[in-house]
Amino acid sequence: MAHRHHRRLPGSASEISFRALGYVLLFSFGLICVIPFVLIIVSSFTSESALVRNGFTLFPEEFSLEAYKMVFTNPERIGRAYLNTIFVTCVGTVTSLFLNTLTGYVLSRRDFKWRNGFSFFFFFTTLFSGGLIPWYLLCTQTLHFKNTYYGLILPMAFSVWNMIIAKNFMKGIPYEISESAKMDGAGELRIYFQMYLPISKPLLATLGLFAALGYWNDWYNSMLFSTKEEMQSLQYFLQDMLSTIQALKQLIADGHMEVTENLVLPTTAMRMAMTCVVTGPIIFLYPLVQRYFVKGLTIGAVKG
Amino acid sequence: MKHPSGGGAPKKSDKRGFLYDLKKNRVYLLLLSPALLYVIVFSYIPMGGVIMAFKNYNYSKGLFGSPWVGMKNFEFLTVSNKLWPLTRNTLLYNFAFITVGMVMEVGFAIVINEMRCRWFKKTFQSFIFLPYFISWVTAAAVIQTMLDFDNGLISHVVRALGMEMPNIYTNAKPWPFLLVFFRMWKGVGYGSIVYLGAIAGIDQELYEVAEIDGANSWQKVFHITIPQLVPTMIIMFLLACGQIFRGDFGMFYQLIGNNGVLLEAGDILDLYIYRAMAGNANISYGAAAGLYQSVLCFITILLANYIVKRIQPDYTLF
Repeated sequence: MAHRHHRRLPGSASEISFRALGYVLLFSFGLICVIPFVLIIVSSFTSESALVRNGFTLFPEEFSLEAYKMVFTNPERIGRAYLNTIFVTCVGTVTSLFLNTLTGYVLSRRDFKWRNGFSFFFFFTTLFSGGLIPWYLLCTQTLHFKNTYYGLILPMAFSVWNMIIAKNFMKGIPYEISESAKMDGAGELRIYFQMYLPISKPLLATLGLFAALGYWNDWYNSMLFSTKEEMQSLQYFLQDMLSTIQALKQLIADGHMEVTENLVLPTTAMRMAMTCVVTGPIIFLYPLVQRYFVKGLTIGAVKG
Repeated sequence: MKHPSGGGAPKKSDKRGFLYDLKKNRVYLLLLSPALLYVIVFSYIPMGGVIMAFKNYNYSKGLFGSPWVGMKNFEFLTVSNKLWPLTRNTLLYNFAFITVGMVMEVGFAIVINEMRCRWFKKTFQSFIFLPYFISWVTAAAVIQTMLDFDNGLISHVVRALGMEMPNIYTNAKPWPFLLVFFRMWKGVGYGSIVYLGAIAGIDQELYEVAEIDGANSWQKVFHITIPQLVPTMIIMFLLACGQIFRGDFGMFYQLIGNNGVLLEAGDILDLYIYRAMAGNANISYGAAAGLYQSVLCFITILLANYIVKRIQPDYTLF
């Protein structure tokens, strides 16, 4: 991280205004970012009646697990979505790490004759694309991605930008260390696995976390390819449930559905609880990500 | 991307012919083949699929069996007055995202870097990074909770202050600002990391010299830090230019995509293309809009890169 470069005189008006502005800006924007999350967590543990009475508040009156019970009354569907997402995240992260770093490794090798030509072959795909619809038709009509795990994994398995980050990182590894290994008869693949990968831990951590986050949060590919409920990803399941709850509310509001006074559907609290359940595990990656992101992103300045 | 003619590469093989090179590089080629196959299948083959924009696509006949219609799909898009509003919205939103985003990201990077109180800096940097972690599905749910007309926290605060709370979900007017705001809310924490990295790379001597000359913190920021960040800013700008006709589908779809009223504030090309694909319009119109979008992006990035090259060749993307 950045070094301290200040040895300036404190106390002058311009220094005070400079510091104060910094604290005010970061403090207010920080609160704007964090309060919604606190609110969601708190309301998920609040009884529906208190929510209806008081609205969402940061300091709830009645603690309740009602909403979570409601989310898990039918554990099959949410459990299935959980398993799908865990499976896709694990397999997807490993696949994408392997593809991106292996390709970056080859293109970073000085003794690979056509590295510049191939680099451009990859880079060109970031400049021009055929668009969503030809891609979608290829995936559904030719490759039959509907309701398969490939459909959820392959669209995000390789990224030219991540490959370039890997390539630039590996370019920074002294070429000479592999030369001696080569003289001892080690092949290119062995150099990749036994020398480059162990040195590239910060790179693997950064790219791996990016990939895991991307797969965990993916609803788009599931929206495109999962027509069956049992193939839904967790985020798409959430989207599906939220719109169902919204539709239910609309029915009640329009008077198509009778709701008696003492039966309060925990729609609001349930929405919050579901959001927490779906986001949950990825937040554990948060401290890790924070540690590695700065390093990884700095190394991998995209220009290359 | 630059393609330096890599110093120290073995040059002997140049004279010995293609087959020799092929044999010598065979392991590299083999290792490269999965990714090559990947981009050929998922990028280059769909590029060939752009011919769909000139056809009237029919699922049962497939791409090659469907009849050619020339420029009819494009004519429809222009005559029905779809293309221009969609293009304008996409472009203006992206322009706002890029400019506001850059100011905020650079600003917060400087603020975080200058902050001395360590726990405060660490805690609040984590806070502004938090929204990057959730999907737009979750973000939309969070946002709805905040803005909900009956129960939302914002509604409560506004009413407690004795003001009238508008129902935001039935009124398109505030959405251009809200969309920019939410995009910043979700992206600034992450975006500022790139600039933090760049600030860390600035030569410390520059600051020491400035201090000897009696520069205060403001002067140091405006005369050293920001000018030193210009190359990074230009690269980030160029990267964004290549996508300037491509909207943030996830955000627009989740926040306003299913609300007919709000859609008036921000229907973008990507939403139209998706709707065409989902069957709300002829899928060939969507393909035509997609090709139009790709061509515009391609021209923009080439042009932007060319202009930068003329002014300052070191800052180009390729």
